[in-house]
Amino acid sequence: MNPNPAPNPAIGHNIVPKMTARDVNVFYGQKQAIKNVSIDVSSEHVTAFIGPSGCGKSTFLRCLNRMNDTVDGARVEGRIELDSQDIYAPAMDVVQLRARVGMVFQKPNPFPKSIYENVAYGPRIHGLARAKADMDNIVESALRRAGLWDEVKDRLAESGTAMSGGQQQRLCIARAIAVDPEVILMDEPCSALDPIATARIEELIDELRGRYAIVIVTHNMQQAARVSQKTAFFHLGTLVEYDDTSAIFTNPKATRTKDYITGRYG
Amino acid sequence: MKLLIAFALVLALAGLAYLAGRARAVRMTLAAGGRIGAVHSRPAYHGAYVAVLALAPALILLAGWGLMGEGVIEGRVLATLDAASQPAPGPDRAALMNEVRGLVAGDLPQAFNPLAPVLAPRYAATRANLDLLAGALAVALLCLGGLWGYSRIRPDFRARNRVESQVRALLLLASVVAILTTFGIVLSLIFESIRFFRLVSPIEFLTGLAWSPQTALRADQVGSTGAFGAVPLFWGTIFIGAIIAMAVAIPLGLMSAIYLTQYAQPRLRRWLKPVLELLAGVPTVVYGFFAALTVAPVVRQIAVALGMSDASSDSALAAGLVMGVMIIPFVSSMADDALTAVPRAMRDGSLAMGATMSETVKKVMVPAALPGIIGGVLLAVSRAIGETMIVVMAAGLAANLTANPFSSVTTVTTQIVALLTGDQEFDSAKTLSAFALGLVLFGMTLVLNIYALAVVKRYREAYE
Ligand SMILES: Nc1ncnc2c1ncn2[C@@H]1O[C@H](COP(=O)(O)OP(=O)(O)O)[C@@H](O)[C@H]1O
Ligand SMILES: [Mg+2]
Repeated sequence: MNPNPAPNPAIGHNIVPKMTARDVNVFYGQKQAIKNVSIDVSSEHVTAFIGPSGCGKSTFLRCLNRMNDTVDGARVEGRIELDSQDIYAPAMDVVQLRARVGMVFQKPNPFPKSIYENVAYGPRIHGLARAKADMDNIVESALRRAGLWDEVKDRLAESGTAMSGGQQQRLCIARAIAVDPEVILMDEPCSALDPIATARIEELIDELRGRYAIVIVTHNMQQAARVSQKTAFFHLGTLVEYDDTSAIFTNPKATRTKDYITGRYG
Repeated sequence: MKLLIAFALVLALAGLAYLAGRARAVRMTLAAGGRIGAVHSRPAYHGAYVAVLALAPALILLAGWGLMGEGVIEGRVLATLDAASQPAPGPDRAALMNEVRGLVAGDLPQAFNPLAPVLAPRYAATRANLDLLAGALAVALLCLGGLWGYSRIRPDFRARNRVESQVRALLLLASVVAILTTFGIVLSLIFESIRFFRLVSPIEFLTGLAWSPQTALRADQVGSTGAFGAVPLFWGTIFIGAIIAMAVAIPLGLMSAIYLTQYAQPRLRRWLKPVLELLAGVPTVVYGFFAALTVAPVVRQIAVALGMSDASSDSALAAGLVMGVMIIPFVSSMADDALTAVPRAMRDGSLAMGATMSETVKKVMVPAALPGIIGGVLLAVSRAIGETMIVVMAAGLAANLTANPFSSVTTVTTQIVALLTGDQEFDSAKTLSAFALGLVLFGMTLVLNIYALAVVKRYREAYE
């Protein structure tokens, strides 16, 4: 039986979803981490996943670009589509998928290479630039979109790991957008950052909205309220409620959501 | 023999001292009512304290006598001769004393030196007297030390703390022994090398291109000019250990580490990794026969097939190939550590960009682990150039300065073995050159090791 009988359309009937998930279950060995989750994600919005830690937000997020494939013992069931294509179908190439669905991690993880090479990494792998000048353009525009260009344009050859945490995270965002993905998944991208760096990233997310479908996992409810238009509340592996962010924060339908929003637990 | 009996006696007496001290402490503890704290240390500590006080001075005395007794006795025995018949110090004197000892022990039926039979009974008597004296002194010291320790047993005496610090001192001593020994070896290498460099200039040794350590016994001998230019040996060492062996070990070791860390199923890795590491335990002499008996003939056949009809059966290639195989586990385990130390986030970051596993390994994992891998390779090189058995068995003795892998070359270690085996005159330039070679080898491996460890350490810190 589906424990979430309430339908989760939430993005509005007139909007074509970018990604859809239906009855997704995820297991780590015997243990079930995600139970029957169905959700639609649109390009128009920033979608936030909130919920107490261990409720499966990261696990579900990793299903969307098949990063769970790299986890030993993880098994995903159900159907997940990107532009109506089943991403777990044999015909789907995971290399192509991950170029279309990028990811930014909790801890900034720039490669121990120069700033330039960090951003150029994806375009090189996917063969996006023919000449050096093309690559320079791609790198510059990714860094500009990530709001990092002015800070780093004179030191592109320096190591990406020698920057501040906030700059590293924006570099990781630049790296992700350099291949011009359609969806960007962010797993608690600010949890390792100070408030000022966090504010920069939040502004950036807002600037990127509309151009990419953005899904952000956060345990910080103010952050969810600030950056997202849609919010999904997860609890114990289930999707409890998915709605407009304003509705979730002002008028939650489920008691569990209300308890979480008001700080009763989490 | 007598010394052994004395040691046994001393140990037995120390055992008694332990028992006595412990018994006294037990009685004292009982008298104090057995509460915790009434007596500071438990009886065994009091016993151990008494035993240490008894044992230490006696053992030091006996050890000192064992080391220096011979010299004292020789001095006394020789002093009984008049000044005219004193043997010259040095070899003459040592030969005489050897004969005397041989006569006393009964190993030598007859002595050449007429003085020996005269001295033998004096030697025997002196030795017996002084040994007895040393034994008696040791027992006396033991009793004194034991009694003193016994008299210090009091409820508030901190025997435990004393024993603990004595144990600590013993542990420190144990750890210093290895260091001091190494230090001593290095010093003796340096001294012998200095003797060599009095005969042959360091410049000739380090830059000369001809190595032919046979020095002429007669002036008219041919082919024994005695050239000590060690460059061909250094080259052979580097050619085999750092070039050919590494050409085998680096790719194979690195690839096996990549497979084990990135691709192998955990179950496979669980047994494959120990098996690979087991290879490091194969005695090098076994690799040596493999090199000499199996690989070398094949290499020679290849050389002949390539048109080198005079190819030697000893070749740089055979020794280098086998040495490379020997070094694989070493390189792969260092590379494995370095790759494992790269945070998983690096790998995930690359995979999430759509990179395949092999792109991720090539472009992210290996570059990130490179300092650790280089450190491992340097350690492996230092091991390879110090390796002896394989090159002795398969590389040959001809000091050729050549880059042809099919020709025979020789290495520093092979030459040291050749120079020091068999009958040798101990102060010829030929023999002494072995020490100079040893010193250079030691210096090379030391520098490599220090540098490699520094590289590895800096890299570890980067990810801490
Ligand atoms: N690699 C894994 N192996 C086994 N269990 C895991 C693994 N990753 C996460 N889990 C478990 O799955 C559940 C959901 O984890 P996660 O998705 O990380 O939660 P969240 O991101 O919401 O904090 C947790 O109970 C966690 O212990
Ligand atoms: Mg998480």
